[in-house]
Amino acid sequence: MPEVITPLASSVDSGVVPKKLYGIGAEFAGPKEIFAAAEKVRDKGFKNWDCYTPYYVHGIDAAMGQRKSLVNLFTFAGGLGGLTGAFLLMVISSVYVYPIDTQGKPYFSLPGFVPIMDLLMILISAIMSIVGMVALNGMPRLHHPLWEWDAFTRATHDKFFIVIESFDPRFSEKAAIDLLRELGGANLTYIGETE
Amino acid sequence: MGYLTPSTKLTPPRWDLLSKHEEAERARAAQENIREPYVTNNRSAVWVGDRIASAIENPTPLWWYIATAISAAVASLAGLGILYLILTGVGVWGENNSANWAWDITNFVFWIGIGHAGTMIAAVLYLTRQRWATGINRAAEAMTVFAVMCAGVYPAVHVGRVWFAWYLAPIPNANGIWPNFRSPLLWDVFAVSTYLSVSIMFWYVGLIPDLAAMRDRVKNKILKYLYAVLCLGWRASARQWVNYEFCYLMLAGIATLLVISTCTVVSSDFSTSVVPGWHGTIFLPYFGVGAIYGGFCMLITLLVPLRELYKFQDLITLRHIDLCCRFVLLMALLITYIYLMEFFVAYTGGSPNERFTFYRDRIFGPYSYTWVCMLIFNSVIPMLFWSKRVRRNPWMAFGVIIFPSIGMWLERFVIIVSSVHRDYLPSSWGMFYPTYVDILTFVGTFGIFFLCYLLFIRFFPMIAIAEIRGVLPEANPHDPPAVERNGALAKEEAHHA
Repeated sequence: MPEVITPLASSVDSGVVPKKLYGIGAEFAGPKEIFAAAEKVRDKGFKNWDCYTPYYVHGIDAAMGQRKSLVNLFTFAGGLGGLTGAFLLMVISSVYVYPIDTQGKPYFSLPGFVPIMDLLMILISAIMSIVGMVALNGMPRLHHPLWEWDAFTRATHDKFFIVIESFDPRFSEKAAIDLLRELGGANLTYIGETE
Repeated sequence: MGYLTPSTKLTPPRWDLLSKHEEAERARAAQENIREPYVTNNRSAVWVGDRIASAIENPTPLWWYIATAISAAVASLAGLGILYLILTGVGVWGENNSANWAWDITNFVFWIGIGHAGTMIAAVLYLTRQRWATGINRAAEAMTVFAVMCAGVYPAVHVGRVWFAWYLAPIPNANGIWPNFRSPLLWDVFAVSTYLSVSIMFWYVGLIPDLAAMRDRVKNKILKYLYAVLCLGWRASARQWVNYEFCYLMLAGIATLLVISTCTVVSSDFSTSVVPGWHGTIFLPYFGVGAIYGGFCMLITLLVPLRELYKFQDLITLRHIDLCCRFVLLMALLITYIYLMEFFVAYTGGSPNERFTFYRDRIFGPYSYTWVCMLIFNSVIPMLFWSKRVRRNPWMAFGVIIFPSIGMWLERFVIIVSSVHRDYLPSSWGMFYPTYVDILTFVGTFGIFFLCYLLFIRFFPMIAIAEIRGVLPEANPHDPPAVERNGALAKEEAHHA
C-alpha cells in the first residue's frame, strides 16, 4: 500500500493535520492588529508562541510579555575578557617573556598598554555581542519548519504572523485555532515538521 | 520537544513596562507627526521594500557596467603601483630623509577619516535616536568598510618589505622578539584592524533582516542561496527582533567608543612625536572633527547621484541632504576653530620651532599654497551651507561638497608634509614631491573604493529596508489615525506661514 505523504503545511480548513505538528499559524494585516492580538495571546497564558513581523514593531516585546534581552551580558563578558586578555598579553610578553628596554621606559608601563587594552576590549565585546545575539536567536539555521509554509515568505515583506507552537504547555489544536480565529487571524495553517 | 528556539524560554509578562512604553510611544507619535516625514509622499512599507529591492532585482543598468569597468581599470592602477613598490622598495615613492612620511600617511589618514564618519553617522545618530538616519546609515556603513580597506593598503605596504609585516602581529617574530606594545605605531595596527573588523560586524548585523527579506523575494537560485546563508536563518520573529535590536544597540555603543579610540590612536602617531606641528594635545579632536567632516562630504558625494539613479528621492529625502549639509557646516566651523587654535597654541607655547612651523612655514613656506587652499576649501566655501537654498538643492550641495573633500585631503598633507619637511635642523630640511607611483596608487584607491561600492549597491540593499519600515507612521501600533495627523501637519504649516 503506497504511503500517503501529508504536506508539511496545510490550511486548517482542509483538515489535513501533519504527522508531527510544529504549531498553528495565522496571518494578521498590520502592526496594530498584531499588537492587539499579541496582548490577548499573552493574557491567555501561552508561553511558546511568537510573532513574526517584517520590522521591529516597537513595544511588541512588552505586548508579548517578553523579558529584557540578555545580549548585554555577552557584551560585558566579551569586554571583560578582551580587557584582561590584552593586559595579560602585554604584561606577560613585555615584562616576563621578552623585556625590551625602549627609551628607558619601565617594562611594566601601564599607560602605554591602555590603548591596546581598550581596543581589544572593544573588539572582543563586539564579537561576543554578535555571538550572543545569534545564539539567543537560535541561529544560524539552514532549515526551519516555518519555511514550509508558503505564505511565510511574506513575513519579511508585508504580512504579520502569530504562530502558537505545539509544545506550549497550554497548547491544544482546538484552543489555538479558536483563539487565533477570535483575534481576527486569517489563513490559519497547520505547520508540520519532519520526524 | 527538542527545539532550542528562543520561544522555549518561559517569560512572565511585564505589565509595568507596557503601560509606560505605551504612554511614551503615544507622546512620540504625536510629536513626530508634526515634523517632516522620514519617507516622503506617504509611501507604504511595501513600497519601501519594493523600491529598495528594485536596485537588485531590476536588470543591471548600463551606467553600472560603465562605472564598474572604469573603477576596475582605475583600481588596477593601485594594484600596479603596489606591485611595483613591493618588487622594488619604498624608494619608488617620493619620501626622503626630510619628509619620511608623506603621501602614504596623508592618504591613509584621508581614507580612515572617511571611514570614521560612516560609523559615527550610523552609531552616534542611532544612540541619539536620530531616526532620520535610517535612510542613510547603510550607505554610510558600507562607505566605512570600503574606506578603511583603502586606508589599510598604506600601512600594509609602507613598511617596505611587506613579507615582514607579520612582525606587527602580537606574536614573537622569527627571532623570538615580541613587538613593543608601548609604540603608537603598534597601537595603530590594533586600532585599524579592530576598526575594520567592528565596522564590518556592525554593517553585517544591520544587513541581516534585509538579507532575509532578499532571500524571500529574489527569483535567482544562486542569489537566493547566497542570501539564505548570509542571513543566518533569520525568521523575523519578535523574540529575535528584541535580541537583534539590543545587539545593534550594544554595537552602536561599542562603535562610538571605537571611533573615539581609533581617532585617538591615529592622532597619537603624530602627537607623541616631538616634531613641531605634530606635538599637540589638540590632535584628538582635530582628527575626530576632520574625520566626520571628510566622511560627511564623501557621503553626500555618494548619496546625491545614487538617489537620482535609483529614484530614491522619497527615501533619501531633501531633508536628509539638508541635515548632512548642516553637519558639514558644523564641522567646518569646528575645524576652523581648531585651525585658529593651533596657531594660538603655537604662539603661546613659546617654542621657536613651533612658531616657525606655523607662522613662517605654513603661511609663507614652499607649501603655503596647500595651506591657503585648505583654508578656503574647508573654512570658507562650506559657509554657503548657511543658505537653505543650497542645502536643499542636492546638486548644488554636491558641487559645494567637492571643495571640502579636496580640502580635507590637503589638510592631512599640510599636517604631515609641511610639518615634517622642515623641523629642528635646517641642514636636514628638504622638499617632498610625489612620484608617479605615489599618484597612481592614490588614484587607484579611489578605484578600489568605488568598485567595492558599486558591487555593494548591485547585490545588497543599500538602504536599510527594515529600519526605514520601522520609522514609518504606519509601523507605529499606537499611531493616531491619518485625519488627526494631517490636522497636526496643517496646524504646524499654518504656524510657520
